[in-house]
Amino acid sequence: MYSRAYKAVISVPPLLWVCLFLLLPYALMFAHSLWLVHDGSLVHHWNLQNYRALFTNPLYFQVFLRTARIATSVTLCSLLLGYPLAYYLSFHAGPRKELLYQLVIVPLWVSYLVRGYAWKTILGSDGVLNGFLQYLHITHEPVSFFLYSPFAVVLMLTHIYTPFVFLPIYAALEHIPRPLVEASQDLGADRPATFLRVILPLSIPGLVAGATFAFVLSLGDFLAPLLVGGPSATMIANIVQSLFGAAYDWPLGAAISVCILLITVSLLFSTERLEKRWSFK
Amino acid sequence: MTSTNPHQRSPLLTAYAVLVFGFIYLPIVVLILYSFNRNGVGGFPPRQLTLDWYRRLFSDAAIWDSVVNSLLVAAASVALALTLGLLAALALDRASFPGKALFRRLVLLPLILPGIITGLSLLMFAVFAGMQLSLVTVFLGHGTALISVATTELFAGLQKLDRAQEEASLDLGATPWQTFWRVTLPNLKLSLIAAGLLIFTLSMDEIAVTFFLIGRDNTLPLEIWGRLRRGITPEINAISTVIFAVSVALIVIWYRLRARTIGTQVQELLEHP
Repeated sequence: MYSRAYKAVISVPPLLWVCLFLLLPYALMFAHSLWLVHDGSLVHHWNLQNYRALFTNPLYFQVFLRTARIATSVTLCSLLLGYPLAYYLSFHAGPRKELLYQLVIVPLWVSYLVRGYAWKTILGSDGVLNGFLQYLHITHEPVSFFLYSPFAVVLMLTHIYTPFVFLPIYAALEHIPRPLVEASQDLGADRPATFLRVILPLSIPGLVAGATFAFVLSLGDFLAPLLVGGPSATMIANIVQSLFGAAYDWPLGAAISVCILLITVSLLFSTERLEKRWSFK
Repeated sequence: MTSTNPHQRSPLLTAYAVLVFGFIYLPIVVLILYSFNRNGVGGFPPRQLTLDWYRRLFSDAAIWDSVVNSLLVAAASVALALTLGLLAALALDRASFPGKALFRRLVLLPLILPGIITGLSLLMFAVFAGMQLSLVTVFLGHGTALISVATTELFAGLQKLDRAQEEASLDLGATPWQTFWRVTLPNLKLSLIAAGLLIFTLSMDEIAVTFFLIGRDNTLPLEIWGRLRRGITPEINAISTVIFAVSVALIVIWYRLRARTIGTQVQELLEHP
């Protein structure tokens, strides 16, 4: 029903833009990862040295491992908070559902930076939490290990990604036909059985989508470690950021970025498959 | 029916939900509370309420310069992302061309990719193209990354659209151009506003991509970031509270707007069944 000219007008501009400002930059990143820095300037000499350095230097592997550990913790914590919340809203909130849903959405509009900053003021050694503990005479000295630790990073990122994890799970739960749940109960399944055998399997696609989102975005985060993490919580993106800054080794930084990109894309591919297999349409 | 459902009563789950809400809102409440605390951030309980920090904020020229920069970047990003996102959504909905699946993935990639990757690849592009880092590069970064948001929102809107209206318009002799302006676009109004608001807020708040593309002029988040590195002051709480208030106001406006549009739609349906 649409003419060739119409189709050309709608597809050519976004195609060109995306090729120029997304595809070309990603390709440039890949190209950089195969170049070198010599005597403080970029040498366009194609080689695999950066990748070799990544796989042989144990420091990078260590940081990668720590990053994966932090991202996994964030994902698990966000699921532990987000799933029950979504389940409560979808099945138990009754008429307050719409309002409560909005209440979960509102913090999404609060700046990432601002929320990170808020945790910094809560956890710091002269922060709100320490003030509170001393006020209640639980502690007498400020406790310094709240802030500047991997724990603080996990806490901050969990706080940021819980609503993101909540959203797809809630959408999946809302799509479960209620007669299925009633049928399960009518046929004698008790509540845990109904949850485990009807509701949980049907919500897997939402759960996987939320978990992927939290994991991937935590994996590439460099601001939380700078803000509340300190040196003991340096993540892989911090290494990249310093390589592009003071350490000045763009090619090595680009190689790490390419690795992050590949991990992200392959995760997306596999979770997409998983979601398709579990969806019941 | 759900109200008589025995499933309804579950004190344990309710308590858990309350705790999760507490966790989500605790930092925001602390933030707002301490923006009125004379003795600065920290300590408990907050004593001596004051508006000094707001007074200081409103006479802080650097902050307001950065707010203007952020507004400029956000407005331009909304225009760019909405235009290209609308075209991309239309293309995904209606055209078929080689590499369409790849195009879709590529457009949506910045949505799920950590900001540092998008930021750095655009930084390399800017250096490659010999561009000076400035608010223009920041705008290019925001606009391009946020096409993903516009495309998903508008594609969802197009899927719900009744194709018969466009067919009727074309059959009755309107050109594709007229059909686009008079049928397609008005039907997408709600999705366009929603996408625009979302893109605006995301751009105002963006930091990971901006971090690598910023020149001499700071956006608001980068200005706050710079101050955070120097130490924390309740002035940052004050500006955060203002941002929060503006965000909430935007959400409320959006719901009013949506309620009204849905209201008129229902009314039209009742009058012309």
